[in-house]
Amino acid sequence: MDSDTLMPELPSDSVGLVAPQTAHFDVPLALACGKTLQSYDLVYETYGKLNASRSNAVLICHALSGHHHAAGYHSREDRKPGWWDAHIGPGKSIDTDRFFVISLNNLGGCHGSTGPCAINPDTGRQWGPDFPMMTVGDWVHSQARLADRLGIERFAAVIGGSLGGMQVLQWSLAYPERIANAVVIAATPKLSAQNIAFNEVARQAIRSDPDFYDGWYAEHDTLPRRGLKLARMVGHITYLSEDAMGSKFGRDLRSDDLNFGYDVEFQVESYLRYQGDTFSTSFDANTYLLMTKALDYFDPAAAHDGDLAAAVAPASCPFLVVSFSTDWRFPPSRSRELVDALIRAGKPVSYVCIDSPHGHDAFLLPETRYQAIFASFMGRVAHDSGLEDS
Amino acid sequence: MRADLELIHGWIPHGAHILDLGCGDGALLDALARDKNVTGYGLEIDPDGITACIARGVNVIEQNLDQGLANFDDDACDLVIMTQALQALRRPDRMLDEMLRVASECIITFPNFAYWRHRAYLGFKGYMPVSKSLPHAWYDTPNIHLSTFNDFERLCRDKGLIISDRAVGNGDHEGHWSSRWWPNLFGETAIFRVSRGR
Repeated sequence: MDSDTLMPELPSDSVGLVAPQTAHFDVPLALACGKTLQSYDLVYETYGKLNASRSNAVLICHALSGHHHAAGYHSREDRKPGWWDAHIGPGKSIDTDRFFVISLNNLGGCHGSTGPCAINPDTGRQWGPDFPMMTVGDWVHSQARLADRLGIERFAAVIGGSLGGMQVLQWSLAYPERIANAVVIAATPKLSAQNIAFNEVARQAIRSDPDFYDGWYAEHDTLPRRGLKLARMVGHITYLSEDAMGSKFGRDLRSDDLNFGYDVEFQVESYLRYQGDTFSTSFDANTYLLMTKALDYFDPAAAHDGDLAAAVAPASCPFLVVSFSTDWRFPPSRSRELVDALIRAGKPVSYVCIDSPHGHDAFLLPETRYQAIFASFMGRVAHDSGLEDS
Repeated sequence: MRADLELIHGWIPHGAHILDLGCGDGALLDALARDKNVTGYGLEIDPDGITACIARGVNVIEQNLDQGLANFDDDACDLVIMTQALQALRRPDRMLDEMLRVASECIITFPNFAYWRHRAYLGFKGYMPVSKSLPHAWYDTPNIHLSTFNDFERLCRDKGLIISDRAVGNGDHEGHWSSRWWPNLFGETAIFRVSRGR
């Protein structure tokens, strides 16, 4: 990429400078909730080059607070690259020398795709809380339309972690002929009661903030910062393992002595408050609410009396399922649930549990064995898709 | 491919759905998929083995065999293979039951402890045998349940199982009359094909 010569300070294994694009859709999208989106925008980024036979496309599905900016930098001033830069780039697991990678912001998001912050054409005001509830299935339909727009009939692989992994599973069921390989990382075939409980605490934190105004905070020129901050703090606890928190913060104090007050005393408090504060001004509360609902609703087995093996019957692609040993949000047992169902249904699947101290967040981070497994599988995807080694 | 795997390769029917317990780097499943259209899964816990399986496109599940095969239904596959892993399990007898629950037939290979070189090692030197098939010292060996050709036959008899085939894999006695007539003495690796009794 010629940006490397322009920006010598960017790492050589980075996709370099990238710019988001917008695709506008005028064909109405019928949603699971019964409503219809008459028109909408999807914001996306691409990395690497689409080959002549259009056989090297890979779709990245994002998690709860993710977005389209998965790799590279928007400007040389960026302090951090995209959220999955550890795994997307030249020579990385998702090798952009081989693959054409598409990463989009899902509908209902707050990073440019149509969502609660967009203008509702029927009313001329922001959608706000009126934005229709989205499901994983709706997202996958919209992603398939983006694929149509980009001329991609079949993805060499659809890949995602956490909520992104659920979208991958949904792809394999809704569009089995359009997905050649599925990579489902740190995900679950459905949320547990405990998962839903944590989501509900987060939602109540937001909805009970006096600045929430039933979702119309923008019209009151304010933001439910306190609620969103609390929601993020709760969420963040579930992303880390007890060990990771212990080794990062322990019982370390900010100052030498106890203050006997309610200001920040322990380092872990400081960390959580910082995470919450940052998030509360950068993420939209209505988006957070609807994304957590999409998580809660996902349960492909529900339509089959809870029989996941029956639910995955339409899938035809090989799966790679990856879990992490200290992930207690979606622990290895939840990935096993999916793997066992795939085995029962006679589907091709490989399963790996990576030893990591980082809890749920491990799926975002680089780790030697994780990368070896991921790269090996993607090497296989390239081979099976008839891609030349670069 | 390892000699015992070559032999097993010949025993597997075309198009079979199989389970390979302790599949290592997936060489057997890979060859069977290419040569005989065999489908199935390998189970493995060694990280390098798992990566190798994934790199060659073999379905591999990270799973500890000592925890059983509860995630596989009765008669889930046609055949279960376990090469050189029986002796490392906590309860080989229970694994045999599990294998014949999941499939009606299984193929098992293990190092024969009664192999003459092992006997000589123990008998003359007075030390636990160390050999090509048993390369570890007594204190760090994963092989916690060593047995002989005869021991395994007795276990199958006690369980009422049918031994439909048996063979030996050898470095230096391959196909030699001595290992066919006295496998317990001259067979370095025991290879059994076992099916459910009636």
